[in-house]
Amino acid sequence: MSLRRIWGLMYRHLALYRRSWPRLLELMYWPVLQMCIWGFTASFLAGSASGPALAGSALLGGVLLWEVALRSQMGVAVSFLEELWSRNLGHVFVSPIRPWEMLAALVGISFLRMITGVVPAILLAFLLYAFNLFALGPVVVLFFANLMVMGWWVALGVVSLILRHGAGAEALAWSVLFGLTPFSAVFYPVSVLPAALQPVALALPSAHVFEGMRAALHGVVLWDQLAWAVGLNAVWMCAGLLLFAGQFRQARLSGALLNIGE
Amino acid sequence: MDAISVEGLTKRYGDVLAVDGIGFHAAPGQTLGLLGGNGAGKTTTIAMLLGLLIPTAGRICILGHDMARDRFAALARMNFSSPYIALPSRLSVAENLRVYGHLYGVKRLEARIRELALELDLNGFLDRPAGNLSAGQKTRVTLAKALINRPDVLLLDEPTASLDPDAGDMVRSWLERYRAESGCTILLASHNMGEVERLCDAVLMLKQGRIVDQGSPAALLDRYGRGDLEQVFLDIARNRTVAA
Repeated sequence: MSLRRIWGLMYRHLALYRRSWPRLLELMYWPVLQMCIWGFTASFLAGSASGPALAGSALLGGVLLWEVALRSQMGVAVSFLEELWSRNLGHVFVSPIRPWEMLAALVGISFLRMITGVVPAILLAFLLYAFNLFALGPVVVLFFANLMVMGWWVALGVVSLILRHGAGAEALAWSVLFGLTPFSAVFYPVSVLPAALQPVALALPSAHVFEGMRAALHGVVLWDQLAWAVGLNAVWMCAGLLLFAGQFRQARLSGALLNIGE
Repeated sequence: MDAISVEGLTKRYGDVLAVDGIGFHAAPGQTLGLLGGNGAGKTTTIAMLLGLLIPTAGRICILGHDMARDRFAALARMNFSSPYIALPSRLSVAENLRVYGHLYGVKRLEARIRELALELDLNGFLDRPAGNLSAGQKTRVTLAKALINRPDVLLLDEPTASLDPDAGDMVRSWLERYRAESGCTILLASHNMGEVERLCDAVLMLKQGRIVDQGSPAALLDRYGRGDLEQVFLDIARNRTVAA
């Protein structure tokens, strides 16, 4: 593993942001917009006669933490697509960079993109709605970490599909995690879901993170939920890496790396 | 030891045999031309040499490294240029060279970029986005990227395609000088017969995935009784027999 090669690929993406403020703005746009919409909704709920105060916090916490997963997933997948769109993958893959180093660079960029997007939304939640995500305690770092990792393995799946199907699969880079939102128990507990769908939700680390977040709002840390999230992330990450390795080899066998941008 | 050694190289896509058991060798410092019509197997062969494509059968050894087992060691000492694979267009020329300098682990990178900018006359547009350059400028930048790590083996896929005669001549002169100074082995795929005649020590003629003839440009001209390689190319493409 060469840090220099990883930095080389990260530099390629950072240089893009350095010379384009609209790109930088775009990173913050959706998280901030989401925060505004749900923040006002939460304020309305908290102010209404029947709205329990904690419901608003659960909503805001859900929005902010789900953005962590979303931005992490998009950070990897869209950065890979940037290489594909610029028809640069041929040069990258004939350089000595290992596929794992490329993934590490994409993950590094994804982390920076996520921080750039989510931090302004967290600040806004504090300034506009007096919601302090970090009041949940140090456990919030573990929530962050688990949702980031989940975003990364979902992105590995997307990148693998792009390697197999080319640019035709690129829409998944934006949409795939939205499809998992209903099962992730972001805004409601898993018990709300129909019995048949609950196992699906419980197979996702995000459902355990959000169950944990709602408990943390009451001052309780559910370590068993966190343990489930970590364990499931490990399993899904292994599956994602195996899928990527398989699809990368398949692309080298089929010649897909030669015309993947087309 | 050969710089490039290829034995029984085959690539099959389903029923299509793109490369059919070819074998060749390139000595250090040699420039080897790969000639053939569209679909002859040139790009597939180059892709296999670069590790972009896994062969169905055969063995590739570059600079003593078996590409099936140890391709990254070889790739660090190789490089590649093609007008058909772009560099990120929104990055400046200097940023592009910096990216590849890091990927190839180039020491004293900024000095190397200045050196290449001087040699390939890039200084006038080093800070311009690569996408805003003319075809000739882009070719020089792609060449600079291919030379960033001072490769021992350089693979060039139609390096002067889409260049005007003046720019094409400049690139060819530069390649001649670079090879003489560095002792680099070059594999050149081109449709420009004059270029192949001028630059190559030996030529492989590919047709339908097979090597149908090979030799130095002079030997091929002599064998086919022709005045230039273009006529030899047409003889082979049109199945004309070798002159007695």
